[in-house]
Amino acid sequence: MADLSIDFAGIRSPNPFWLASAPPTNSGAQIIRAFEAGWGGAVWKTIGAPVLNISNRYGTLSVYGQRVVGLNNMELISDRPLEVNLREIAEVKRLFPDRAVIVSAMVESDPRAWADIVRRIEDTGADGIELNYGCPHGMSERGMGAAVGQVPEYCEQITRWVTSVASIPVIVKLTPNVTDITRPAQAAVAGGANALSLINTINSVIGVNLDTFELTPSVGGKGSHGGYAGPAVKPIALHLLSAVATTPDVARAGLPISGMGGIQTWRDAAEFLLLGATSLQVCTAAMHYGYRIIEDLTDGLSNWLDDHGFASVRDVVGLSVPRVSSFGDFDLSSRVVARIDPDKCIRCNLCYVACNDTAHQCIDLHDPAGIRVDPGYDERVNGKAVADGRPQPVVREDDCVGCALCAGVCPVDACIEMVSVPSGRESVTWSQLTREQPAVTQDWAAMERYREEVGIDIH
Amino acid sequence: MDEPRRTAPLAELLPPMTEQEAAVEANRCLYCYDAPCLQACPTHIDIPTFIRKIATGNLRGSARTILESNFLGGTCARVCPVEELCEGACVLGKDHTPIQIGRLQRHAVDHVWQRDIEIFRKGEPTGRSVAVVGSGPAGISCAGELAKLGHDVTLYEKRELGGGLSTYGIIVLREPVEVAQRELRSLTRLGVEVRTNTEIRTRPDLQALLARHDAVFLAVGLGAVPAMGLVGEEHVTDGLSFIEASKLDPDHLHVGREVLVIGAGNTAVDAATIARRGADVTMVYRRGEDQMTAYRHEYEFALLEGIRYRFHTQPIRVLSEHGRVTGLECLRVELGGLDASGRPTPILVAGSEFVLPCDQVITAVGQEKPALAVELGLETEKGYIRVDDDLRTSAERVWAGGDCVRVRGSASTVMAVQDGKLAARAIHADLTANAPTTTITVTPSVTGEVNHG
Ligand SMILES: Cc1cc2nc3c(=O)[nH]c(=O)nc-3n(C[C@H](O)[C@H](O)[C@H](O)COP(=O)(O)OP(=O)(O)OC[C@H]3O[C@@H](n4cnc5c(N)ncnc54)[C@H](O)[C@@H]3O)c2cc1C
Ligand SMILES: Cc1cc2nc3c(=O)[nH]c(=O)nc-3n(C[C@H](O)[C@H](O)[C@H](O)COP(=O)(O)O)c2cc1C
Ligand code: SF4
Ligand code: SF4
Ligand code: SF4
Repeated sequence: MADLSIDFAGIRSPNPFWLASAPPTNSGAQIIRAFEAGWGGAVWKTIGAPVLNISNRYGTLSVYGQRVVGLNNMELISDRPLEVNLREIAEVKRLFPDRAVIVSAMVESDPRAWADIVRRIEDTGADGIELNYGCPHGMSERGMGAAVGQVPEYCEQITRWVTSVASIPVIVKLTPNVTDITRPAQAAVAGGANALSLINTINSVIGVNLDTFELTPSVGGKGSHGGYAGPAVKPIALHLLSAVATTPDVARAGLPISGMGGIQTWRDAAEFLLLGATSLQVCTAAMHYGYRIIEDLTDGLSNWLDDHGFASVRDVVGLSVPRVSSFGDFDLSSRVVARIDPDKCIRCNLCYVACNDTAHQCIDLHDPAGIRVDPGYDERVNGKAVADGRPQPVVREDDCVGCALCAGVCPVDACIEMVSVPSGRESVTWSQLTREQPAVTQDWAAMERYREEVGIDIH
Repeated sequence: MDEPRRTAPLAELLPPMTEQEAAVEANRCLYCYDAPCLQACPTHIDIPTFIRKIATGNLRGSARTILESNFLGGTCARVCPVEELCEGACVLGKDHTPIQIGRLQRHAVDHVWQRDIEIFRKGEPTGRSVAVVGSGPAGISCAGELAKLGHDVTLYEKRELGGGLSTYGIIVLREPVEVAQRELRSLTRLGVEVRTNTEIRTRPDLQALLARHDAVFLAVGLGAVPAMGLVGEEHVTDGLSFIEASKLDPDHLHVGREVLVIGAGNTAVDAATIARRGADVTMVYRRGEDQMTAYRHEYEFALLEGIRYRFHTQPIRVLSEHGRVTGLECLRVELGGLDASGRPTPILVAGSEFVLPCDQVITAVGQEKPALAVELGLETEKGYIRVDDDLRTSAERVWAGGDCVRVRGSASTVMAVQDGKLAARAIHADLTANAPTTTITVTPSVTGEVNHG
């Protein structure tokens, strides 16, 4: 059994899974149950400035029956009295000394206010502080949350205020609602942050009611953007994580990153680890299914580590980071084509229609005798036996550009494989090519000459 | 007897799907392209499209997609042997569970019925008129399609209620009487005149129709259960009348305690299923299990119902006392060489007589060929009305379809519906003197339904 314990900027936890600062970490009683279920840590629901919440706070995205593919919220930071939160934090930490208890905080942009909250948090015995620079609604209008996270100067300034008085690790939580996340990340490093976490929620409007024309959620008929989280945001979170993990300043400072945004299963978790996260935070998946998901998260992760011969979760952190690259460095001569396994294929023809209508028209239908046929049917033939002589989709590999759309739409696991085939061309990257032959970027004739020379035929 | 008696009510067996069930099932459908289910359906309903519309919450559009290809989508959803047709071809059938196409279809059609929505309107009047004889599935389908195209249609039906076997023959466990009546209502709302209690019996009757109408479509179905030549046959109950009574007058249905059903086709299974709701039932069949003409799923259903089978048994005499049945005398049967239908010939074993005690004997050994064909002077094929690919009979301006022409293939509702549709197309082409009457190959994009609803 692989060792799942982590050390995150000095904060230890028995496994890398922390509940993110959100409703699952709203109270001591909840977190005690979560810890009993096995969670490695919890980031307390953000405490700080006094707030009032509105009713009807969440909106969910369902996609063809799959619920909570995305969750949108218009919730503010904790609306429980500060004293109550602080008392419960101390109590939880006392009961679970081995778990990571981190407190998320957000107060007005005043050094005294920050110094005060830092002191009070430290008095609880908490292991760390997370600065919420991300809340995209309600707090940002008051100059907090995203209003800080979106302006690198403020971000650095406030981080500095906190790190200059804090004796426990300070984690800066980044908002994704920026054009370039590496700038606030660098600002946090400059402000002396001990760690980073990302992502907070993404600005979103979840939908419009088709009968009332109100936005969802509707607060007395009015709506607004909220913050979007859940499985749908995972690809965005992975991208932002990879961008931050490869930011030289962050890498040089050796700051650990707590990754989150759409983690639902141990598979998602493993991907975040590979892209450089040391700890993992989860909110929406717990809100959808409850704390019990921790069992499979740890069990699945541990089995995956064992299967790949890793003794510890620490061994996989960042393994995929060196592979994060950019378009200019890709080998233009690397070539893959789609190959369909006829034994697995159930002949739904989804690959056929996808390629034919929207890719490169290179999947043919072959009848059982191997002859190319068009789709269609004989109006006077019917009965279940039509399934027997059904044509088989076959890729014309010469024409396949290897876009992998077909493999993406195929409902059968591992039925369409993207296989590497020799392109017969010398390896060359776009950067090399354009350095050597700058004309190809400006002139179609030059580009076509080059293509002819190396044997690239696009029709 | 060991098996418990069945007392389940005579009502539709499969419950309707809830909204949630339908949504989950519809979302499971892969939305195949050039889908096999669509091809396997004899009326080629665009199944992936109608299921997709259920998934998106476009129930009215879904019903339109169904009904455009099959005017009797509500009946077919209930009675089709889906295991042999659409669901049998579903790509999810091999490894998993096929999509419940029939039940989804019912869900969509019931949706518009419950709201009393009519999907179709009568077409621009063409000034042409067509007589449809027989109001079973073939007749309703043809009349509906012709009315949509703007022709004046009169439907002649000899019985009191329209619907043919949907009303009188298909057991209520699958199709309650109201379903076919609802379909007839759609017809009348399309302006079709339905004349019940009107039989077309003679050649002059047909001449009169042809004088009044531009074309005639015969959809007269088949006849009664034929006599078997048993001694004492006057004491037997014929299966079709038995089923009819169970649908229209269930309170007065006479069911014995020990019932024997002769035959092993789908009608026999149906009669046995009804009788089983009160009696011990044994089916008597002269051939073996492998030669039964009933669908496999019907047979298995019967076994589950606790119906027993007696194979290789030829009934010869009904025994009775004071007009009451006491038993059935039978001979043992051995199987010989293959006959014309490819099944082993049953050979009676002389001297093997034995008696099966019982108090009711029901016969269900097929239906008589349409006697009307000869009366009307139409060419026949093995007793069925002979038609060409466009369902045209040997007589000028007379088309025919449904069970009465089913010389090949299995007689089923959906096949009758398709006949009615194809005949309507051919009649329309003839009446509007368009060149090609049918196309043999259509791509799904051509038949793909667009929602206008
Ligand atoms: C017991 C039983 C159960 C069945 N179960 C199923 C099933 O579950 N699924 C399935 O797909 N199929 C089933 N079938 C078969 C199906 O019912 C028939 O294939 C279908 O009804 C044929 O339709 P049709 O329109 O050709 O004929 P019919 O339904 O027989 O209709 C013919 C109509 O014409 C009328 N008619 C006849 N002669 C005249 C005349 N001279 N003048 C005026 N009117 C006339 C009749 O009264 C009748 O209304 C079953 C059949 C039986 C007997
Ligand atoms: C209802 C809700 C309330 C949240 N409240 C806070 C908060 O108070 N402070 C904070 O830093 N993040 C808050 N978040 C953001 C989460 O901590 C987390 O960053 C985000 O949900 C992405 O993770 P997920 O995809 O696992 O949900 C909230 C998220 C949700 C769904
Ligand atoms: S990889 Fe793209 S181009 Fe090749 S067969 Fe699949 S869809 Fe077509
Ligand atoms: S999508 Fe997959 S299963 Fe469907 S036809 Fe193509 S290869 Fe076969
Ligand atoms: S074959 Fe099955 S999965 Fe495919 S469209 Fe038809 S019902 Fe749906």
